[in-house]
Amino acid sequence: MENHHHITPLKTYLGVAVGLFILTVVTVAVSFLDFGPFNLVVALLIAAIKGSLVALFFMHLLYDNKLFGAIFSISIAFVAIFIILTMFDTMGRDMVVEGKSKPINEKAVIYSKQDSSAAADTTQSNH
Amino acid sequence: MAKDQLNAQKNYLNEQKGIKSWLFTLDHKRIGIMYLFAIMFFFFIGGVMALFIRLELIRPEEIVVGADTYNQLFTLHGAIMIFLFIVPGIPAIMGNFFLPLMIGAKDVAFPRLNLASWYVYILGSVFAIYSIMNGSVDTGWTFYTPYSSDTGGAVISMTLGIFILGFSSIFTGINFIVTIHKLRAPGMTWFKLPLFAWGTYATAIIQVLATPVLGITLLLLIFERVMGIGIFDPAMGGDPVLYQHFFWFYSHPAVYIMILPAMGIISEVISVFSNKKIFGYKPIAFSSLGIALVSFLVWGHHMFTSGQSELAAMIFSFLTFLVGIPSGIKMFNWMATIYKGSVSFDTPMLYALSFLFLFGIGGFTGIMLGALSVDVHLHDTYFVVAHFHYVMMGGTVMGFLAGLHYWWPKMWGRMYSEYWAKLTVAVIFIGFNMTFFTQFIMGTKGMPRRYHSYVDQFQPLHAFSSVGSFIIGMGFFIMAAYLLHAMFRGKPVGKNPWGALTLEWITSSPPHHHNFERTPLVTDGPYDYDRIMVENDKWIYKDQPVEKPDESQEKVEH
Repeated sequence: MENHHHITPLKTYLGVAVGLFILTVVTVAVSFLDFGPFNLVVALLIAAIKGSLVALFFMHLLYDNKLFGAIFSISIAFVAIFIILTMFDTMGRDMVVEGKSKPINEKAVIYSKQDSSAAADTTQSNH
Repeated sequence: MAKDQLNAQKNYLNEQKGIKSWLFTLDHKRIGIMYLFAIMFFFFIGGVMALFIRLELIRPEEIVVGADTYNQLFTLHGAIMIFLFIVPGIPAIMGNFFLPLMIGAKDVAFPRLNLASWYVYILGSVFAIYSIMNGSVDTGWTFYTPYSSDTGGAVISMTLGIFILGFSSIFTGINFIVTIHKLRAPGMTWFKLPLFAWGTYATAIIQVLATPVLGITLLLLIFERVMGIGIFDPAMGGDPVLYQHFFWFYSHPAVYIMILPAMGIISEVISVFSNKKIFGYKPIAFSSLGIALVSFLVWGHHMFTSGQSELAAMIFSFLTFLVGIPSGIKMFNWMATIYKGSVSFDTPMLYALSFLFLFGIGGFTGIMLGALSVDVHLHDTYFVVAHFHYVMMGGTVMGFLAGLHYWWPKMWGRMYSEYWAKLTVAVIFIGFNMTFFTQFIMGTKGMPRRYHSYVDQFQPLHAFSSVGSFIIGMGFFIMAAYLLHAMFRGKPVGKNPWGALTLEWITSSPPHHHNFERTPLVTDGPYDYDRIMVENDKWIYKDQPVEKPDESQEKVEH
């Protein structure tokens, strides 16, 4: 168990820390620029890179058994599923799918029994 | 032989004595038994509530309870049955007791966590009982907002109780995942795992992934009630449908937490009592994982009429049909296992066959409800009530009872009366169909669920359904009587009364404290009935010349 604990050199830690600082500066700097609808995307992208750095190096996911990495990614994926599928609802509430009722088979017997004006209407709407 | 008798005398039940040896035990078998009694207690409470509900519904006018009490009764029946009985039921009782035995381990990976999960369960149930004593809840077991954030009554203590119960579930899940990964006996590869272990594994994944969301949901609900933060209540700027997303993101996978271990039991029982190798081992194993995965993608089908967007409704309706695939794979594999098997109709097998029949109906009506247009008509009617009782009681409870009868002799070393047991299967099966098939009919005619009263045209059907429920109740009382009798006075059994090949049957009944005398070495598959037969506790290899001492015997007796 204990025999293959990876010991990360101090250099790597410091390097990652510097990287995190730089990315923090970038985050602040980017906030002054206007990318329109992509403001959020850019901010989240930087945050995601920072989060990955912490998980991979500080939390040792890069060196550990790959199973832990898989479990970590799967749990992120499930959060994503939850949010995305919920957004199909919350973002789409005012989007109404219009169904048009029309006969599948216009020559079917039931339609021939209707009065002629109604029959004319259905054929009209189909054209 | 003398050694055998000694083993029979010394077992997990009598090795240590006194109440302390139970309350502080780390033995997975004893914890399983403690869960058995705790969970059965709540099953009894929930069942009695169901009988009161049915009694009230015999006639449209008030008979035993008023409308408000009725609302509390159906809420508590649901909440208790779901959170205190059916979710923990099979994993905590049979998973705890038999999973380590089946994979040849001495105990679960974290025995202390295991004991903690029992105490957490008890703590959670204490909160639930407190809530019942102090005003109770009448929100329905789903606690839908905005009603649950506005109504009087003890919503907070009830949700807090369920929040705590969730931790018990997570503890059990973590424990099983690690146990299956790390503690399998030498030679037990993944594909030599009994299918019950696969079922519990898939369940454990859902428990660990989904239960935290329930915790979050209930905490948000408590925040809203206590601090007035607008999350779900539209009056405070919240979104009530969002609550339903949160709630069902847990509770739909939870439905599969309930059914998957039952399916595992059915796989065991059908193979053993057909005396035939299970048909399609790998498809059954992977379909458990498939169900676990798909279960996370379908929650929106509970909200087709809640004002969810049409796009989301269409996506969820489509995804819902996917559940039919792995479930169908299982059903057909079980039937193919029975086909040309040497079937013996002992009690566990009768429950397993009831499962196939009732779960089939439950599953098909699920597909009907998953279709958007049909659901608009059937939503919130008795059709839905009948559907999920066919799945939950016809499926999970039948699986639970199959497992209980299958493993009862292993748990106590004594056999129940087969005559009374078979009679009870018939009583419960008939009572169940009387109760709930009637509700399908009422549902299609438009009888809404959760109502205290109804129009006169439904009276005969309601009365018929109620009589059915009393028959079920009677069945369970008979069962309690003969099982308790068997515990103390039943006929002692040997190691392997059913001739099964999984590892729990190579040790004594009841097993001794450390499960096995030495770690078993697994050379055979769990369902190799084509190669091995068991007669009078002796493993006979059909494909080898006689007189060769078989290894499974050596493992235990040397």
